[in-house]
Amino acid sequence: MHLIKCPWCGERAEMEFTYGGDGTLTRPADPEAASDAEWTDYVYFRDNPRGPHEELWQHASGCRRWIKVRRNTLTHEILATGPADRPLEGNAS
Amino acid sequence: MTRYSIFSLVRNGFGGHRDWPEAWRSPDPKPEYDVVIIGGGGHGLATAYYLAKEHGVANVAVVEKDWLGGGNTGRNTTIVRSNYMIASNAHLYEKSMKLWEGLSQDLNYNVMFSQRGVLNLAHSDPQLDAFARRGNSMRLNGIDAELLDRDQVEAMVPLLDCSDDARYPVMGGLLQRRGGTARHDAVAWGYARGADSRGVDIIQQCEVTGIRRDGGRVTGVETSRGFIGAKKIGIAVAGHTGHVAAMAGLRLPIESHVLQAMVSEPVKPVLDTVVTSGAAHCYISQTDKGDLVFGGDLDGWNTYAQRGNFPIIEHVTAAVLTLFPAFSRLRLMRAWGGVVDMTMDGSPIIAKLPVEGLFLNGGWCYGGFKATPGSGWVFAHTIAQNRPHDLNAAFTLERFGQGRTIDEKGAGPVPGAH
Repeated sequence: MHLIKCPWCGERAEMEFTYGGDGTLTRPADPEAASDAEWTDYVYFRDNPRGPHEELWQHASGCRRWIKVRRNTLTHEILATGPADRPLEGNAS
Repeated sequence: MTRYSIFSLVRNGFGGHRDWPEAWRSPDPKPEYDVVIIGGGGHGLATAYYLAKEHGVANVAVVEKDWLGGGNTGRNTTIVRSNYMIASNAHLYEKSMKLWEGLSQDLNYNVMFSQRGVLNLAHSDPQLDAFARRGNSMRLNGIDAELLDRDQVEAMVPLLDCSDDARYPVMGGLLQRRGGTARHDAVAWGYARGADSRGVDIIQQCEVTGIRRDGGRVTGVETSRGFIGAKKIGIAVAGHTGHVAAMAGLRLPIESHVLQAMVSEPVKPVLDTVVTSGAAHCYISQTDKGDLVFGGDLDGWNTYAQRGNFPIIEHVTAAVLTLFPAFSRLRLMRAWGGVVDMTMDGSPIIAKLPVEGLFLNGGWCYGGFKATPGSGWVFAHTIAQNRPHDLNAAFTLERFGQGRTIDEKGAGPVPGAH
């Protein structure tokens, strides 16, 4: 079981959270100007790394805030957590 | 190759079964092959088998990092069906079903294919309506489908809770009688033996670490046993598709997730068909050994570890017991997980890739086992002819950017649909 440290509520069990997927995606800043290829990349394509993965989780059964989590997809180790609106501390590897 | 028969069984019986030949060789890799298939699971071995059998391409190697069928081939819940609504899915899986129906004879290897039926439960009137629509689509595509009412379901599955006060009241079901189960290991072993006897080299304990390219086309694979040259390379690596494709500089519309399955202790025959419930999120069948084998949802987060967590085990078990209260006293023996490639539309990619000579068979989400024969058959065609067969022409990588997704569930761009 993942024990995820919510920046506001502290360590909580995985069951309290909803997974939000890859947290590094950036929606095209100007939707009208973005090409089909840029949209396809944003909507469908993922890096899907083996190892550290920055992802979004929502503390759905808690404070309901979205948070950012860096988690190792090979070991399930939680490497860092923080608010969703700023970069996580430490580097990705 | 020794042909297996009642006579060979009797003959070897007199010898105390000490003289059976190996089912396949374990050769050292040659410097170069016409085709190298990465991944010695069911799909890769089937591809090699059909390359040799249907297309006369026998200078083929299957390279496997571990042992044959040790990935998802040995981790699935062995269900075989072709009950799809979208035409491209229906035709692909029905091709596979037809191959299943003759597979033991074709391979001279008993894959224990048992057409015990696959029954999808409807728990509401709208769901039953949706099943009627899917069943009609299936029948229009030449696939068997029967819509059952509650009494018929109850007669077929006596231990299912069909009472009025059930948590998930049973309103009926969609039955595909030709669906069922097969022995997953035997599928890998049968294809391995068949491919080997036609000249294919099966190389185990040989991990691919790189894909060598020269001017936009592949020239071979770097492996833990050295470089192996290849004119064409086929990727069939189940959960690790993204990782292997990245060796050729490709990014895919795939996330890797874990799907768990579990078995109970073995009991006498209590369930002679496969029962699934989309509402309760579970599917269950009984093996020939007597264990009840069941599974349900993904854990839901990206992972390459072949294990999941307890919330899903609890969730799936609760769902099974809600449908089958009689199973509540059984002990759970094991739970395990397999890494699955979840594509963004729930359908696989079986296609040529933008790198010349490189082909991909992946993204099977959590439904790859049933497709094994058909997948190998169309992938062999795609590699040998350098173009897809009509049956897999729609399963391209480019479809995601063209608005041609094959979204059976109608869920939109999410990597959790199937």
